[in-house]
Amino acid sequence: MTVIDHDAGPRTSARHGTVGTSPPRPDGDAKAQGSFAFSSDLSADGCLWGATLRSPYPSARIVSIDLSVAFKIAGVESVITADDVPGEAYYGLISRDQPVFASDVVRYVGEPIAAVAADHPETCRRALAAIVVEYEELEPLLDPEQAIDGSHHDIHPDGNVIRHQRIACGDIERTGSVVVEGTYEIGMQDQAFLGLEAALAIPDPDGKGVELHVATQWLHEDRGQLAACLALPEESVRLVLGGVGGAFGAREDISLQVHTCLLALRLGRPVRFAYSRTESFLGHVHRHPATIWMRHHADADGQIVKIESRMVFDGGAYASTSAAVLINAVTHAQGPYRCANAVVDGYAVRTNSVPCGAMRGFGVVQACFAHESQMDKLADACGLNAVEIRLRNAMRTGDRLITGQPVLNVAPVERCIRDTAALPLPTEPIGGNLTANGGVDPMKLPGGAGRTADRGDIVRGIGWGVAIKNLMYSEGFDDYATARCQLADGVATLKFATAEVGQGFVTIAAQIARTILGIDDVRLDQIDTQIGSAGSTSASRQTWMSGGAVDLACRTVREAMFVDVGRAHDIDPLRLVIDGTDIVDESSGWRMSVAEANAGLAYDETVEYRHPPTVELDESGQGDCHTAFAFVAHRAVVDIDPELGLVKVVQVATAQDVGRALNPLSVIGQIEGGIAQGLGLAVMEEIIQVDGAIRNGNFTDYLLPTFLDMPEVIATLIEEPDPRAPLGAKGVGEPPCVSSTPAIVAAIRDALRSVDGVGKPLARVPVRPADICL
Amino acid sequence: MNSDSEVFSLHINGVVREVTDSWLGESLLDVLRDRLGLLGVKGACEQGECGSCSVMVGDSLLCSCLVMAASAVGEPIVTIEGLTPEETLSDVQAVFVEAGAIQCGFCTPGLITAVHDLLDRIAIPTDSEIREELAGNVCRCTGYGRIIDAVQQVAVRRADSSDGAL
Ligand code: FES
Ligand code: FES
Repeated sequence: MTVIDHDAGPRTSARHGTVGTSPPRPDGDAKAQGSFAFSSDLSADGCLWGATLRSPYPSARIVSIDLSVAFKIAGVESVITADDVPGEAYYGLISRDQPVFASDVVRYVGEPIAAVAADHPETCRRALAAIVVEYEELEPLLDPEQAIDGSHHDIHPDGNVIRHQRIACGDIERTGSVVVEGTYEIGMQDQAFLGLEAALAIPDPDGKGVELHVATQWLHEDRGQLAACLALPEESVRLVLGGVGGAFGAREDISLQVHTCLLALRLGRPVRFAYSRTESFLGHVHRHPATIWMRHHADADGQIVKIESRMVFDGGAYASTSAAVLINAVTHAQGPYRCANAVVDGYAVRTNSVPCGAMRGFGVVQACFAHESQMDKLADACGLNAVEIRLRNAMRTGDRLITGQPVLNVAPVERCIRDTAALPLPTEPIGGNLTANGGVDPMKLPGGAGRTADRGDIVRGIGWGVAIKNLMYSEGFDDYATARCQLADGVATLKFATAEVGQGFVTIAAQIARTILGIDDVRLDQIDTQIGSAGSTSASRQTWMSGGAVDLACRTVREAMFVDVGRAHDIDPLRLVIDGTDIVDESSGWRMSVAEANAGLAYDETVEYRHPPTVELDESGQGDCHTAFAFVAHRAVVDIDPELGLVKVVQVATAQDVGRALNPLSVIGQIEGGIAQGLGLAVMEEIIQVDGAIRNGNFTDYLLPTFLDMPEVIATLIEEPDPRAPLGAKGVGEPPCVSSTPAIVAAIRDALRSVDGVGKPLARVPVRPADICL
Repeated sequence: MNSDSEVFSLHINGVVREVTDSWLGESLLDVLRDRLGLLGVKGACEQGECGSCSVMVGDSLLCSCLVMAASAVGEPIVTIEGLTPEETLSDVQAVFVEAGAIQCGFCTPGLITAVHDLLDRIAIPTDSEIREELAGNVCRCTGYGRIIDAVQQVAVRRADSSDGAL
């Protein structure tokens, strides 16, 4: 079973529910009972259903749209198109380049063209079928290289290259005595959250405002884009977080928000949308497919002297966060290794594919698959093993990235590797121990219940992956989080707009308040836009950012309380501290419970937490563009059936640099969940597009890791509190899915090599059976 | 809403519920959620792949998205809402909460229903049995580790308490 080796270091026995303990989630009971309201569970009196008409073509001119038949269907209340958008016709996260509805041309299969509102989803379906759109098909741009070389006309007024970024660092002419290179491909992965996109919009009675309940990652960003499209002032657009069934990056962009509000405002009635799984594949951005060429130069003992790389990220039809994803990729090209010289050229391009944007790992996943594959090649070329090559090059605090930025955070790369290496390998032999009656448990062999594997043919391999991942937003973004703390009569109430998507911020927010204030009764206000922005639940940033804001708000309240208590009891407030649930004067020994001291007093503080500013990269890709970094190592063990190309991942061991585990059980949950998604990218998950159309947009054909696919995970938490983090804690969500993928692929390569002494390059993820056996 | 409407009764969580406005062939999932307001039953794929919609129909754990509601007439149906008296938690529910088996919680009602069914049939399942039995329930958040831990904890607690009763 999963072993948690929790290296807590010196820790006083913390009061249950405070930082460092693992209290249950405040929403846990409701989620276990099925009474927690996800956004798809919301409705209102007189509510209508909405639905979206989408383009069947990757590239076409819209000649005409005829809504007349749809309007005549009984139960249809409204049909809207681009003509009905009162405000800004375009939205988008970094640049507003995506139309609310396509009007002149469509640029991907699935692009919205019209929306209907009706009394029932079935009526909606019939109304959509009755809308007649005449198209003139155009030649789609599907090859990212054509976007770069200019051989295809611009498919968007903003051009076909979303961003080009070069990094030139040190002596770009340097060469090494050992040179290895490869071209790596990463397939398009879907976030595949379980809770499908859904929203409920309730118009104000006067029609001058709207309340939108929606599952999103960033309420305030949605509000800004929405208000512009609706031509309403931001304060008239109020967002409330609808229960979020997972996110993983897919809810950072607008999907149904504008459509839902437009219809509700137009009709003066509540409107709800709920996507199906197939529509969800079309309705949100995906992980960028990428092609990455890399060449490493090293000296004979394996020290990296230069890296060269060219990266091409296919952004699909609209920009979304492609520019930022690209920057993450190029700036993480070296991985967690010292490297003084580099030349990297990166492109994020526009094509007529489904748009790509944020997914857990955000550009670093793609770069990591390339640099870790390269590290193994380098190890072979230098006659070193996978661990030794990585230890020789491991980055330390103070080392510089190829952008010139020094890594100022705790950087325990060497410890991540050594602690992972120290974790036990699986004790069971291939196929597991024999069952009680002397048989083999087929579930422990590749192919599982299919019983295709012959135990004698199965080979085992071990592989490594190590990663650096930036935390928070980069390149000069004004990144902040807001939190409010009220304390009255021994009860603390926290308010923030931080999207709880399952990660457990609601749990640690209360833990922080209990710790700082010495109060056990902490309540959480509704998550909505009635307070300032918390920024996005992405980039592994909320523990640091919103955690930092909650911490600061609680400290501000505490200091005010100390002043009052000091005055009332004639004690210098500077001598007061919180000890458990008491306020204590350490020098005199005076103590009183916080609840008692707080009687009749009330405090209310709202604060913003900001991290130190960052800068944009210059033309040579130089500049301190990132905020902070976390590190992780993964070691994977796989068993494969070389003849059938089947893989069973047997174990993943990991040591992760977490700074400080505020809630160790939640950290483990992030680690295991992230590794599952990394495993998915390694051997299972890929959105297949043919001629620009998704061919497997459903859970029968898009394969997700199940209980049977996930191996045992053994994790060590490396707790070296980061002095730059408000609570010493680094974000933990993304690193687990960054280097688990290359570790698993390396293990497959290792197993294959043991078969014939040569093996296969496996330069593409996900690895498919044919890549192994043919 | 149309002339194909069917009227039938379902036995759900110990109560007879009349379904008056369903269309012929409507899935049990849609009837439970949209007609009867049992929103603890979730849908995430409607292809029988994710298990979010799992309910008990008679003695069988079924994906309610794959079953016609009308075909369940006469069978006792148990959804997450009917596993325990209102406001209380079953042992499985309580341990799921404590053991970190819940993140976003979307998979949770279906999974908890499936775990009750599993432990009713196999009191002390092995790791392999847990994985095989629950393989029809996808969770995208947890990576399953804490869920398996929770199932084992419940099995041990039940075994301990039945030992104590002897
Ligand atoms: S919704 Fe029924 S199995 Fe997914
Ligand atoms: S907890 Fe989110 S899908 Fe399982």
